[in-house]
Amino acid sequence: MASTPTDLDALVAQKYEHGFVTDIDSDTVPPGLDEDVIRMISRKKGEPRFLLDWRLKSYRHWQTMREPHWAHVKYPPIDYQAISYYSAPKQNSDGPKSLADVDPKLLATYAKLGVPLHERARLAGVAVDAVFDSVSVATTFKSRLAEAGVIFCPFSDAVREHPALLEQYLGSVVPPTDNFYAALNSAVFTDGSFVYIPPGVRCPMELSTYFRINAAKTGQFERTLIIADAGSHVSYLEGCTAPMRDENQLHAAVVELVALDDSSIKYSTVQNWYPGDEHGVGGIYNFVTKRGECRGRNARISWTQVETGSAITWKYPSCVLTGDNSVGEFYSVAVANHYQQADTGTKMIHIGRNTRSTIVSKGISAGHAQNTYRGLVKVLPSADGARNYTQCDSLLMGARSGAHTFPYVEVRNPTATVEHEATTSKIGEDQLFYCLQRGLSAEDAVNMIVSGFCKSVFKELPMEFAVEAQNLLAVSLEGAVG
Amino acid sequence: MSDINKGDSILEIRGLAVEVQGKRILEGLDLTVRAGEVHAIMGPNGAGKSTLSQVLAGRPDYDVKAGTVRYLGEDLLALAAEERARRGLFLGFQYPVEIPGVNNVYLLKAALNARRRQLGQPEVDAFEFLGLVRDKMRLMQMDESFLSRGVNEGFSGGEKKRNEILQMTVLEPILAILDETDSGLDIDALKVVAHGVNSLKRDDRAIVLVTHYQRLLDHIVPDHVHVLAGGRILKSGDASLALELERRGYDWVRAEAAAA
Ligand SMILES: Nc1ncnc2c1ncn2[C@@H]1O[C@H](COP(=O)(O)OP(=O)(O)O)[C@@H](O)[C@H]1O
Ligand SMILES: [Mg+2]
Repeated sequence: MASTPTDLDALVAQKYEHGFVTDIDSDTVPPGLDEDVIRMISRKKGEPRFLLDWRLKSYRHWQTMREPHWAHVKYPPIDYQAISYYSAPKQNSDGPKSLADVDPKLLATYAKLGVPLHERARLAGVAVDAVFDSVSVATTFKSRLAEAGVIFCPFSDAVREHPALLEQYLGSVVPPTDNFYAALNSAVFTDGSFVYIPPGVRCPMELSTYFRINAAKTGQFERTLIIADAGSHVSYLEGCTAPMRDENQLHAAVVELVALDDSSIKYSTVQNWYPGDEHGVGGIYNFVTKRGECRGRNARISWTQVETGSAITWKYPSCVLTGDNSVGEFYSVAVANHYQQADTGTKMIHIGRNTRSTIVSKGISAGHAQNTYRGLVKVLPSADGARNYTQCDSLLMGARSGAHTFPYVEVRNPTATVEHEATTSKIGEDQLFYCLQRGLSAEDAVNMIVSGFCKSVFKELPMEFAVEAQNLLAVSLEGAVG
Repeated sequence: MSDINKGDSILEIRGLAVEVQGKRILEGLDLTVRAGEVHAIMGPNGAGKSTLSQVLAGRPDYDVKAGTVRYLGEDLLALAAEERARRGLFLGFQYPVEIPGVNNVYLLKAALNARRRQLGQPEVDAFEFLGLVRDKMRLMQMDESFLSRGVNEGFSGGEKKRNEILQMTVLEPILAILDETDSGLDIDALKVVAHGVNSLKRDDRAIVLVTHYQRLLDHIVPDHVHVLAGGRILKSGDASLALELERRGYDWVRAEAAAA
């Protein structure tokens, strides 16, 4: 009868729309990791010597490291020898030269995911790189971007075509020794996107990469490197999905951003990896290192993320504010439902003078989920006049979910200003009842309340994706009130 | 416009018993409300006036232990809260809740469209809706800035109450239950709110005012006044009962009921 919150439990459990598997021939190496596997990956990709050496060095360092366990997440031990480190859909030649060479099954997969790769059926003005398991399958709009001097290509192509840029910047923001997963990624990374915006160029369209894990028992280790040269601007978006599988799959990516003088990089993520089912079975372990450095004066790096997927999320998109007057921003919505665990936040490292950072984090926990904000604001002695503003809000739905906040602040310059505001609220029975009393359905009411809560983050997303993010949020929270 | 005529039964409560968190709040409550009438329910603090209002609106955590409620001939208690609202039952909350980031007008438009869908009417478009809301805002002497604000977000107590009445005038309910709409209002705001409520008085509609002050009833004259105490309606009368309560308090009503 009455649509009480308890009856809402009966509403369809979360529907994960992207859970299908593409049946495609792939070239997958057997599970296991040793130096031979790394040599094999490097050989398959036709890499120069320096890169193989870099991988091997990273691998040797990784072997000395231990998996970190300080995050507020729980999971059984990962057997790194049970993972396959390379899987690629079989291609006729060594790689697609144009969309015409791409397997139609792959094109169909991306169309089904809402990412039509055919340029004429495209999202207006968005160039897409699509990464399927370990390799990039297609990059659109390459020629139009090339006219502007913009390089936007699969990482593997960049290795061959722009080795000097790569050698200069790779690992310069996230060194292989940075942490356990970054070291692993540096050893075995397969593909990802590479972006270079030349001096003074405003990238003529949004760039986006769409990551898809398909094959079973594989890990995905992509690497993204974006360089904004002096006075340039770029807006980049990544999206991610995976099939529903009962076993957990590891995704350990590294993203490095370099912003030189007067440049800006806006990096938006809509992360919707398979979160596992409503009992907590399956799902992606999303252990990701993302960091940007404002290396030049007046540079700006802005991270916006909407995290709805993954069984476990462990990621802290960060900004190293080296250049004077540089700006770092972090806007985040992290949703955890059922048995999902999210430990996410950011680090703002103030090194240059008059550097500024803003952190707005919105955490939503429902079901049995645990959602943790972990943030560090660090002001070094050199950072005269540094300023940070942090706002960190948690929304709890139901009595069994948890929200945790760990804001670390280290200020070593007396002229710095650091402000922190935090709230935790329960999605009020009161708010819900108020909306029901005005005739709204329970679902509409929850969506409205949650969107309201996330508003200040959604407005940072590029327009096309704000709508997508809002819909995603609605799907993730279906049946969440109870 | 509606097929409800003056004197038709809108609400019939018989033997209503309600528990909140295991505590019996209402017990054997009877009340009949007909079209065209204004009722005032008065009673001491904690008597259960808000409990009654919330139960009628379908608040989930309030347990109905006994009794029946018929609304426009239907079994009200079998309807979900949102169904009741869509059928024209409106509750003006004693403590309207804040919903940060959700635009006031957006909620109100969704509410109006939910009602219109129920009535088989087409949804209002944004332009038409804005015109309608502006008219009602003038009536309630509300500021333009209200349009861009979040639902009750940072509103003063008085602004929240005005907002409730604004919503009511836009939604044009069949049964409006206004829970302590007068509390926390200064005299000027009280007049504005009363004006809003009076503008809604019609033969095919009923209004139930919940209050424990006579003050509001100087501006909205009730046809019936009830005393809620001890979990039920202990005494009913006309507008003069409110004045008597103002003078004598509630104890004599209790004593009278105990003697009977
Ligand atoms: N949510 C609740 N939980 C527990 N007790 C409540 C709740 N709401 C009301 N009560 C109790 O129910 C009784 C009636 O309250 P209420 O209906 O608010 O009275 P009134 O509106 O007449 O002042 C009071 O004793 C109050 O403490
Ligand atoms: Mg009350």
